[in-house]
Amino acid sequence: MCQCKCEEPKSNEALELEKVFAKYEGKKGALIPVLQAAQDIYGYLPAEVLKEISARLRIPVSKIYGVVTFYAQFHLNPRGRNIIRVCLGTACHVRGGAKIVEAVTKAVGIKDGETTEDLRYTFESVACLGACGLAPVMMVNDDTHGRLTPDKVAPLLEQYK
Amino acid sequence: MQLYRAHVLVCGGTGCVSSGSKKIQEAIVDELAKQNLDKEIKVVETGCHGFCEMGPIVIVYPEGTFYCQVQVDDIAEIVSEHLVKGRIVQRLLFKAPLTEEQVPSYKDIAFYRKQHRVALRNCGHIDPEHIQEYIARDGYEGLAKALTTMTPQQVIEEMKKSGLRGRGGGGFPTGLKWEFASKSPGPKKYIICNADEGDPGAFMDRSVLEGDPHSVLEGMLIGAYAIGADEGYIYVRAEYPLAIKRLKVAIAQAEELGLLGDNILGTGFSCRLHIKEGAGAFVCGEETALMASIEGSRGMPNPRPPFPAVKGLWEKPSNINNVETYANVPVIFLHGAEKFASMGTENSKGTKVFALTGKLRNTGLAEVPMGISLREIIFDIGGGIMEDKKFKAVQIGGPSGGCIPEEHLDTPVDYDSLIALGAMMGSGGLVVMDETSCMVDVARFFLNFTQKESCGKCTPCREGTKRMLEILQKICDGNGVPEDITTLETLGAVIKNTALCGLGQTAPNPVLATLRYFRHEYEAHINDKKCPAGVCTALLEYKIVAENCKGCGACARVCPVGAITGEKKEPHEIDTSKCIKCGSCIEKCKFNAIVKG
Ligand SMILES: Cc1cc2nc3c(=O)[nH]c(=O)nc-3n(C[C@H](O)[C@H](O)[C@H](O)COP(=O)(O)O)c2cc1C
Ligand code: SF4
Ligand code: SF4
Ligand code: SF4
Ligand code: FES
Ligand code: FES
Repeated sequence: MCQCKCEEPKSNEALELEKVFAKYEGKKGALIPVLQAAQDIYGYLPAEVLKEISARLRIPVSKIYGVVTFYAQFHLNPRGRNIIRVCLGTACHVRGGAKIVEAVTKAVGIKDGETTEDLRYTFESVACLGACGLAPVMMVNDDTHGRLTPDKVAPLLEQYK
Repeated sequence: MQLYRAHVLVCGGTGCVSSGSKKIQEAIVDELAKQNLDKEIKVVETGCHGFCEMGPIVIVYPEGTFYCQVQVDDIAEIVSEHLVKGRIVQRLLFKAPLTEEQVPSYKDIAFYRKQHRVALRNCGHIDPEHIQEYIARDGYEGLAKALTTMTPQQVIEEMKKSGLRGRGGGGFPTGLKWEFASKSPGPKKYIICNADEGDPGAFMDRSVLEGDPHSVLEGMLIGAYAIGADEGYIYVRAEYPLAIKRLKVAIAQAEELGLLGDNILGTGFSCRLHIKEGAGAFVCGEETALMASIEGSRGMPNPRPPFPAVKGLWEKPSNINNVETYANVPVIFLHGAEKFASMGTENSKGTKVFALTGKLRNTGLAEVPMGISLREIIFDIGGGIMEDKKFKAVQIGGPSGGCIPEEHLDTPVDYDSLIALGAMMGSGGLVVMDETSCMVDVARFFLNFTQKESCGKCTPCREGTKRMLEILQKICDGNGVPEDITTLETLGAVIKNTALCGLGQTAPNPVLATLRYFRHEYEAHINDKKCPAGVCTALLEYKIVAENCKGCGACARVCPVGAITGEKKEPHEIDTSKCIKCGSCIEKCKFNAIVKG
């Protein structure tokens, strides 16, 4: 986001964010939904956006920061175009989830919590995606992939450009 | 209303969607149109049947034929054979695990036969995005009865008589909880539904929300009427996008019909419901933390008292129940408290949904009457252990629960019997482990989870669980000493007694329960430096049994570090100093010549 004071036309993202403020301004408990919406727009939560939210909702940046770092869902750094989430919940653990984690690392060259340099993938492990009947499970973006074996991982990830 | 001669139900739950059910549904619709059958046969997208492992699932009514693992290529055959000629497509039927017998009907599959579906009564049978289908199955009749023929106090009495206890973990009597909130003075009260479902390995709440969202709304409305609330929240995990979508549809449809909002059913009673998306913290499932999260703060628990019934959301009296708890409520008003109380045991009435996972032949959701034995759940419904391995233990209640060994499998399951065994009902997650699961590793797994999710507010939990985890890690790495066992027991007892919220108070349970029933496994790790189940990598050694080795070389080719050598057609050998214990060679050997231990 631009730091100067000139009246540059607002970016699409800023316009979207404006709509979010219009929806939640003056409502109780608005912080988390606004952060969720802002992250949907920007893909993560840039520092300038947090400042803007602070000013508009009249909540100190320190409190916002506290909330953002408390919840696993919020991200302060840019994220990959494709989010790989490997389940390490109980059902998946018992059916070999750790082997899927290894296979992902081998396929895309990053570890749990990292993002590839070309921003193609972000890889994180999660506890239970609610599809335990299909363990071991991995989600790529909004697609759930179940009954995985390590050798299925690389070809599957290749489809996400 | 148009009459159809047959209905094709396609499962649209998360499990089946991930196995491709959307494409199946499209293919059926296309095929019916192609064969000019779309006026006679209706396709319905339902919620989860609880048997996701066998998905995508398609059921054809009136016969109730249960097809599993259906592929797009099978659709033409289902339509031409079954729907046109009335001949069941045998090869797509469910095969009973032991007898390999094909089971045509839903009701005859062992997985379903012992179930008794109350909370899940509509899941998989109705289209969750059409309120009319819920109403056609007596939906909102319980609410109408409560609003038009009973006072709030009578509603509470009926709930107390039903004996329903909270399904979210603690098992607190629901009627009593409602009474507390109703007696709290004040014009503004809240009704809250806990749909945070954090226990890794449990997915019954997701299934109810996706498959029958109106049952939860109806239960909440009856609760709101009883306590005098005019506003409510449903706090759902953001990881459940489909559940959120279906809830939104359900709320809009109920509002349109005057079943939600102002002046419900013309009775003067009003209540609005909102959805709040969780943001990914297990501790937010704890009720006081959940309310802090709705208010927009960090979701940290607060000491109780004051209880939510006195000072809850925005300091107003509030009542919070779990998804499954609310889903049971309409049934109590539809059929009466006595009928409900006739199921179950002395102190635990009704049914409970269990999420069967782990090393079972049939995994999925099973709703059974309280008091059934674990053996029936695991062996009759779950079909026993995969690959004919030996049963070792079942973990009940997720990270707050404990594991139960073979000798207690005949205990009737209810809230109290499980606590006596050192486990707890929790959310109803049931993870079955066989001889290849290491109990120390399992305890470490759960503690790692609770330790990561500890909010850090109080010291016993924040520091105590970290120390316990370090000790478990040390034991798994082969560096344990005999005193570690007593240290674990002492630490566990202290944390249980001094932690602020349920997360810390129950975090030691998985360790204490495994120590109670599987102490010998800890001792093997510590004294003999062996992992009897062959799980803890540091304690394993891979060996080739010369007599079985054919010298095919397959293992040497996959070994990433070149630890295997040998001449062709001669027994090979593993250099244990090079081996990184990746296990690739075992998977490749066709002659079972490689062993670990
Ligand atoms: C750490 C922790 C996590 C919890 N997670 C959940 C949850 O995910 N879902 C739930 O319904 N209850 C959860 N509970 C229990 C709730 O605090 C509360 O007891 C429950 O929602 C009450 O509903 P019930 O009486 O209908 O069971 C959790 C408790 C603790 C201590
Ligand atoms: S017991 Fe653990 S989770 Fe609960 S308040 Fe204390 S630190 Fe937080
Ligand atoms: S794969 Fe098995 S049989 Fe073949 S060389 Fe290795 S140990 Fe021997
Ligand atoms: S376990 Fe892995 S590293 Fe060790 S010998 Fe087998 S393939 Fe090689
Ligand atoms: S444990 Fe992996 S999806 Fe539930
Ligand atoms: S999602 Fe289809 S059976 Fe569970």
